[in-house]
Amino acid sequence: MIINLIKHYILLIIVLIPIGMQAQFSDSTDFEKLLDTANPKKEYVRYAFKSPRVINGHSMEMLGKGVLDFRILHRFGTIDGGLRELFGLDQASMRLGFDYGITKDLTIGYGRSTLNKELDGFLKYRIIQQSKGQKSFPLSILWVSGITLTTVKIIDPELNKLVNRTAYYHQLIVGKKFGNAFTLQLSPTLLHRNLVEYATDKNNMVAIGIGGRVKVSNRTAFILDTYPIVYGARSGYNIFPLSVGVDIETGGHVFQLHVTNARGMNEKAFLAETTHDWTLGQIQFGFNLSRVFTIVKNTDTGW
Amino acid sequence: MRIILMAMISLLCTNMNAQKFITKTGNVNFSAGSPIEKIEGNNRSVAAMLDAKTGTVNFIIQIKSFVFEKQLMQEHFNENYMESEKFPKSSFKGDISNLSSINFSKDGEYPTDVAGKLMVHGVSKDVKVSGKIIIKNGKPTLKANFNIILADYGIEIPGAVKDKISKEAKVQVNCSLDSMQP
Repeated sequence: MIINLIKHYILLIIVLIPIGMQAQFSDSTDFEKLLDTANPKKEYVRYAFKSPRVINGHSMEMLGKGVLDFRILHRFGTIDGGLRELFGLDQASMRLGFDYGITKDLTIGYGRSTLNKELDGFLKYRIIQQSKGQKSFPLSILWVSGITLTTVKIIDPELNKLVNRTAYYHQLIVGKKFGNAFTLQLSPTLLHRNLVEYATDKNNMVAIGIGGRVKVSNRTAFILDTYPIVYGARSGYNIFPLSVGVDIETGGHVFQLHVTNARGMNEKAFLAETTHDWTLGQIQFGFNLSRVFTIVKNTDTGW
Repeated sequence: MRIILMAMISLLCTNMNAQKFITKTGNVNFSAGSPIEKIEGNNRSVAAMLDAKTGTVNFIIQIKSFVFEKQLMQEHFNENYMESEKFPKSSFKGDISNLSSINFSKDGEYPTDVAGKLMVHGVSKDVKVSGKIIIKNGKPTLKANFNIILADYGIEIPGAVKDKISKEAKVQVNCSLDSMQP
């Protein structure tokens, strides 16, 4: 009798197991649950900035693989010249740049600035990308190393050597996108100039870059890019580059309209040669125009 | 007698499980371009489920999994049009209207009508889709082509790119399902 009862219970359980499973997936919400638990994929956090540059400095965003970013940068004269100088628009300085994404984590770039006829090149590598989900990491960490070369001759022929016109910079970028609208990054930067202007100037400079973005809409954002100098500033100087502006994205282009006290558009120039003072109203308009071209297409679009 | 009956019910239940088909690697792609610009996105990780007994079909599409030829397009798709941070998924839940005419145990092509709710960009709409179910070796493949009007789902196209983007997206569904293992 008891054995029979046990048999019944065992059978009942056997019967109930599949029914239970049936019930488990009975509607779409359960279907969703099944997928989510079975597939908690790691997801990279993307689009922290609209562009691989905040304004002057590098951002935590990278170009995609096979993407070329053609950059046209303009800085005008200081606006304190008033209407006579059309608020600085009479004096324009520019940099043309070509950045290319070799992989999604490695970009090389080249640029030429009219100011001092300078060339610059850099390598930017993303060590780790911010992610969500399984095995996620809360920050993006990148490394940038670059070199700049002034092609204007040094007047003293003794000093006019290639090595004396060269400078190097190395930069660590640690950034985080908080939610959808806010991104913040810190970028400690070391700049080394082989030759400096005055004997009292230091060859090495250290700055802690701060870059941020607040999205206003899907296509516009406020941006801030500043590099307070913590070591190696010219004695008696308390001036560092500070730029604020808006990112405007229009289809294929990103415009970065801003005001800044930095005339230079490569790391050496804006870190070491910014002499204009915000507190004296010595600021200038500037804009960056970024146009990306897809060199290597993703072919698997299904059509 | 009772034992045999219970065993039969038990067998029936396990058999019922085999009537559910599922995939996580289904394919959905769309085209919303114009003669000026090709705009095509492809998603190869669509989740789909079909219940052959009740005729219910379910799709879940992760918007971020759409891949485009140009990465900038993918960025704009996610950031500006679909707002995938806010609306990470699209889904469809519907019922097959002509379930009786489909024999899931016999290979062949069965024209199929499905009516249900399509959710895109956070907006849910009733839709009717005609497609087909192809049975091969006891496994169904769901195929359908249909159009959706972007404005119906609150997807805005700014004036500057009006000429480049079609008001209507052509959608292709192609999902091969496997029997669901209980």
